[in-house]
Amino acid sequence: MVTLSINGNARTVDVPADMPLLWVLRDVIGLTGTKFGCGMALCGACTVHVDGRPMRSCVTPVAAATGKQITTIEGVGETPSGRKVQQAWLDLDVVQCGYCQSGQIMSAAALLASKPHPTDADIDAALAGNICRCGTYVRIRAAIKRAGG
Amino acid sequence: MARTLSRRMFLEASAAVGGGLLLGFTLPVRRRVLNDRFAPNAFIRIDRDGRVTLIMHKVEMGQGTYTSMPMLLAEELEVDLNQVQLEHAPADDALYAEPLFGVQETGGSTSVRGNFEPLRRAGAAARTLLVAAAAQAWKVDAAACRAERGEVVHGPTGRKLGYGALVDKAATLPVPHNVPLKDPKDWKLIGTAAKRLDSADKVTGAAQFGIDVQVPGMKVATLAACPVFGGKLASVDDSKAKAIQGVHQVVRLDDAVAVVADHMWAAKQGLAALDIRWDEGPNAKLSTADIVRQLAAASQQPGVVARKEGDVARAMAGAAQKVEAVYEVPFLAHATMEPVNCTVHVRQDGCDVWVGTQVPTFARTAAAKLTGLPRERVQVHNHLLGGGFGRRLEVDFIIRAVQIAMQVAGPVKVIWTREEDIQHDMYRPYYYDRITAGLDQRGRPIAWSHRIAGSSIEARVISQLFPKTLRVIRAGGVHRLGAMIKGLDLDAVEGAAEPPYTLPNIRVEYVRQEPPGVPTAFWRGVGPTHNIFVVESFIDELAAAMKQDPFQYRRALLDQSPRAKAVLELAALQAGWGRPLPPGSGRGISLLHAFGSYIAQVAEVAVSKQGDVRVPRVVCAVDCGIIVNPDTVRAQLESGIIFGISAALFGEITIRDGRVEQHNFNDYPALRINEAPAIEVHLVNSREAPGGIGEPGTSAVMPAVTNAIFAATGKRIRKLPVKEQLREAKV
Repeated sequence: MVTLSINGNARTVDVPADMPLLWVLRDVIGLTGTKFGCGMALCGACTVHVDGRPMRSCVTPVAAATGKQITTIEGVGETPSGRKVQQAWLDLDVVQCGYCQSGQIMSAAALLASKPHPTDADIDAALAGNICRCGTYVRIRAAIKRAGG
Repeated sequence: MARTLSRRMFLEASAAVGGGLLLGFTLPVRRRVLNDRFAPNAFIRIDRDGRVTLIMHKVEMGQGTYTSMPMLLAEELEVDLNQVQLEHAPADDALYAEPLFGVQETGGSTSVRGNFEPLRRAGAAARTLLVAAAAQAWKVDAAACRAERGEVVHGPTGRKLGYGALVDKAATLPVPHNVPLKDPKDWKLIGTAAKRLDSADKVTGAAQFGIDVQVPGMKVATLAACPVFGGKLASVDDSKAKAIQGVHQVVRLDDAVAVVADHMWAAKQGLAALDIRWDEGPNAKLSTADIVRQLAAASQQPGVVARKEGDVARAMAGAAQKVEAVYEVPFLAHATMEPVNCTVHVRQDGCDVWVGTQVPTFARTAAAKLTGLPRERVQVHNHLLGGGFGRRLEVDFIIRAVQIAMQVAGPVKVIWTREEDIQHDMYRPYYYDRITAGLDQRGRPIAWSHRIAGSSIEARVISQLFPKTLRVIRAGGVHRLGAMIKGLDLDAVEGAAEPPYTLPNIRVEYVRQEPPGVPTAFWRGVGPTHNIFVVESFIDELAAAMKQDPFQYRRALLDQSPRAKAVLELAALQAGWGRPLPPGSGRGISLLHAFGSYIAQVAEVAVSKQGDVRVPRVVCAVDCGIIVNPDTVRAQLESGIIFGISAALFGEITIRDGRVEQHNFNDYPALRINEAPAIEVHLVNSREAPGGIGEPGTSAVMPAVTNAIFAATGKRIRKLPVKEQLREAKV
């Protein structure tokens, strides 16, 4: 049994300690906003915050997240930076297919929480791990700047 | 129930179940056989609370149809866009066929093109009914009433009734004939940058893609298909897999094995613990080089003629100069962000399929065939698509999931790992093109000969469609039927057969050559993605051969194509064509006329001393006719451009020992934010019929980038991807 704190709620689940957090969230708890994209921390679709830091949940064993605060896309709107990022995403209509956007928003929210006014280089460094096949990068960059403006 | 035949379409109004107005209408299929049975293929429902629901026959995969289609309806219905909600249409060709194809499909940049008029007509008819209902209630002349923002207003008295209060009455009235559509100058929504209707759910994680489906009692499965194309499963030892906690079952198919478990992690671990022996079959030694050799040989043979004007041989013989080239483009995977997946529940009496698909009726037919159930017992529950790009026009993965589910008690969600998704995609074909031009003294191409060799996606799709072929032929018309009979793949030559330039003597041929074992399929930009690369690179070669400016060279050949000329000039102007760039940098230009749209692009590249290419800026000029939503047009061009740069720079699927050599985003990379260009999109104000916009950006950017590389380095890229070709070049 593992007890997790997800978006401020305690959840106890019966899963192996080495099970990636991604599948615990999606297949056991039913929080499907966090996405599976590559399984190897190559695409960033599965990004969540663990104690405020962006982590690729597809390669994060659930044991590494126990006792820590896990925030997912379903809860990030409760944080100041998450709320700003989501609003900027709406203002600029960033999304297209939308599948990668949970991860993009989680990476952007973590960036803004640590650097409220990020530069282009900050954005490149923080978001280069998040692939978008629809190519929404132009708007992602603009939305992060808007959220940090 | 009231019915009428309008000039272009059937309309039928009836009471909705549970109250309200249901308006069914037909989106006309070309040459549609009209019969007595009223067969609406689109529906609008207006409830007693005034909510408007459009039953969407189109799927949303990022391209913005869930916003543009409601805009067309809302414009004439006189409701705010946020009053319209959407429902996925069920699978039914008889009801929901795409006018341009004759089957229920989202693809080919057709949504706005096919539905621009029908959706507005339906909105206008519904509005007229509601106004008539109000006029009757007030016992006034309908001409004294107007509709605005979901209400009918009586002008002289200012009385108002909401649509919700009028629907029951409206459902009993005769549907009006030929309601005039608004003058474009009165449009309130069309042409505005209305907000996407799907944004809110997509920024909070609430949006439901196929992979997010949760069905009570559902298991999760993942699979390994024979890594060699055409190979079979010989044997599998599953003793270790079955010992893993959470693993329930190992399913054996002819050419694949799946592990069914409580969750994806157990399924993945189970799969890794299997000891599988494959019978690799006839393609065990196949490599890309073998396929290219076959294509090169095929391209020496005469092909089916796609276009023939003038006398190419004679003009070539009389040319002052001859330029020849061979171009090659690789196999490409789609790599949608949502790996392919499908959830299926097969029972004795029926089958449910939960999936995101561009072709719901194909999914239904495939499931019915496999299970032996009648089609009406198969329910397809369509979902948002985590990227399409052509991948979800195919049902191979749905077939696979049904085959697995037939051996599983209860519902099962089958998820492909990224590696399986890339190694068992259906690929954009490898094409091999020979192209030759004869130039006169002034450098004008007086002879043009282009022969394309490659797989025929259309031939496969049409053979799979049977017995739907008749409907498809009816939609495609005589032109497509004639092409099919002579073995011409119209997709394979699109963008090549009719370049926008003045070419008095032109011959374009197609030679079908199938790669052994490798399944091929449509990929964003379809035929033009390959052909625009070839034609626009080659036009650039001609300009270079004559030492002429590539923009001016093209421009001089466009007197017969004013829309093409205008976008070319606009792109050049906005890009600052001719302005100096730093050493190692260059500008390239390209022009496209396809999907009913005209696009010109100027790309800037910077090539490092080591031969690495960056694309810092792309300027794009677009004339796609009447624009429904300019923000969607911009977004689709930004998207298509980035998709195309990924492919141009590093997109490549290669085969060795019968296997795909790429696995995941490490060796099949996609452009990332730090590599993405600044993109400027300039829209031409146009009153022409709407053109498609989802695909042309991808097609046009590839030659813009490679022509820019030529400008920067003198190296002509005749084979994609660029990858490490410049490492050998002197920069």
